[in-house]
Amino acid sequence: MSKVVYKRPEALTEAPFSYCPGCTHGIVHRLVAETMDELRIEGTTVGVAPVGCSVLAYEFFGCDMVQAAHGRAPAVATGLKRALPGNVVFAYQGDGDLASIGMAETVHAATRGEKITIIFINNAIYGMTGGQLAPTSLPNQITQTSPYGRDVNEAGFPIRVVEMLSTLDGVALAQRVTVDTPKNVRAAKRAIKKAFEYQIEGVGYTIIEVVSTCPTNWGLSPSDALQWMRDNMLPYYPLGVYKDVKADGFANVAEAAAARALALAGGNVEKGDTADPAAEGGEA
Amino acid sequence: MTEKVLMKGNEALAEAAIRAGCRFFFGYPITPQTELAAYMAKRMGKAGGVYLQAESEIAAINMVYGASAAGKRAMTSSSSPGISLKGEGISYMAGADLPGVIINVQRGGPGLGGIQPSQSDYFQATRATGHGDFHLIVLAPSTVQEMTDYVFRAFDLADEYRMPVMILADGMLGQMMEPVVLPEPKTELPEKPWAVTGHRGERPHNVVNSLYLKPEELEDTNIERFERYERIKAAEQRAEEYLVDDADIVVVAFGASSRIARSAVNKAREKGIKVGLIRPITLWPFPVNAIGAAADRAKAILTVEMNMGQMVEDVRLAVCGRVPVEFFGRAGGIIPTPVETLAAIERIAASLEGGAR
Repeated sequence: MSKVVYKRPEALTEAPFSYCPGCTHGIVHRLVAETMDELRIEGTTVGVAPVGCSVLAYEFFGCDMVQAAHGRAPAVATGLKRALPGNVVFAYQGDGDLASIGMAETVHAATRGEKITIIFINNAIYGMTGGQLAPTSLPNQITQTSPYGRDVNEAGFPIRVVEMLSTLDGVALAQRVTVDTPKNVRAAKRAIKKAFEYQIEGVGYTIIEVVSTCPTNWGLSPSDALQWMRDNMLPYYPLGVYKDVKADGFANVAEAAAARALALAGGNVEKGDTADPAAEGGEA
Repeated sequence: MTEKVLMKGNEALAEAAIRAGCRFFFGYPITPQTELAAYMAKRMGKAGGVYLQAESEIAAINMVYGASAAGKRAMTSSSSPGISLKGEGISYMAGADLPGVIINVQRGGPGLGGIQPSQSDYFQATRATGHGDFHLIVLAPSTVQEMTDYVFRAFDLADEYRMPVMILADGMLGQMMEPVVLPEPKTELPEKPWAVTGHRGERPHNVVNSLYLKPEELEDTNIERFERYERIKAAEQRAEEYLVDDADIVVVAFGASSRIARSAVNKAREKGIKVGLIRPITLWPFPVNAIGAAADRAKAILTVEMNMGQMVEDVRLAVCGRVPVEFFGRAGGIIPTPVETLAAIERIAASLEGGAR
């Protein structure tokens, strides 16, 4: 008797992925779909597809889907979630979409504590348009529009998105994962599932950054691309949990923010009349 | 029971939207539409809806896109520079066939321009609010009562034709106070089986989308949309006619400038000049039937606008060379006076007499 050990998640349609060989979008799509299956939320979930390689995500996810303008997915997701507070709303975005053209929408959805989940694919390049400099391209990284390597004196520095967002009070969960090994795939799945669970519990805004590859535009084989990612991206974008209000002992972002405000105010009192914390040498 | 109250135009727009079933308002501060957002902030929560001040006009229109995709009646408001920012989202709404209402309380431009009333966004509203082949239905109120009535109607039009509808007002109408009869709140709203509300295992997944990578498919969506536009042109043209039956000269003016034009028409009549007024209510679809009919009877047309001459191009297209079409306008936030408008009418009257000699 045959036994099914591996099958398509229910929350994925039968449409074949349009992604390049070796691209990690396929793995991450699967993890999101498995999460919908396990939480039994496909029927109440609305996903938002970005502009970028995953623009066709609406063809792959079986839940209701909305395609958003470039960078506007968090605003569209905000409109959806405010209209459908009982539904699960997620947006799936790449680095150009999220961290360049859509940075304002990203930061403000986060600081409002919108109860949405962002799946952020960071592969340090614009994939769909053919490999241009991204806000997360590494120093000295060669791209179509940084042919001599990213000169940080000209093009500035890459953005560490989850570190930045973790400073905002509206953020419930900000975590960086990758999917280069089975172990890391399982860890990424746990993170994505936790983000959806936090949303359902109303804890706050959740974002999972997935450090990813782009073999096509990096000009590497899929396995070399994974190694390049490990050698170059992970040192700049360390994996880890950057904010988790529940792990910190709070039920939601409001409680965490109140405690933080109290601690900051208390800190000032203890320090006496010093106006400038930096003058005291600052504290980590 | 109808109630008559004294309201500011901007507040009447807000109250009527709520009564039309709008429960989602996304705004961003800009003069001279601020009272609308302030009214929404005060009222929307009590009406069981959502007021949210977005981080930008761009975000606000995309929140409308999201709420509308979810099947809700949603609105945003702004003034000229902010409408430019909304152009992207409006284009996506048109491409995804999403209803929604956009208020433009116009001010003078281009650029940051000024904060005084203007009608210089006529081209933007009727021609190119965003990229791509599409139209909005554009309604132009001229009184606070019409602000109320038109926004109330706008939500029905938006849902019926599945497209964004714009109320093209201006700073004068937004700021003025007039008595207004408010409509009874709507209790029944149309079903939206296309909305993304979660399929609950009961239907295939719904997708709200404007991307079509196959050119034939994209052309088909454009053709379908333009067939819809033809139906709208046939069914929804609206214009108010005032003293046009025996008029030698027909003034065409919309919104705030139609109020001044009406005064000038009355003054001219007192002087024995046979002049009338056509006030386009729908700027798109443009009331070509009313203006075409006037061109068959009148000897000359005068278009009066608070800009450098925009609607006059549509008037000329409708008149199609049958009679001369003149233009009088003031720009930069200056409202034309009845006296100077009357003078423009008198100049045409004099030239007609000269021609008859």
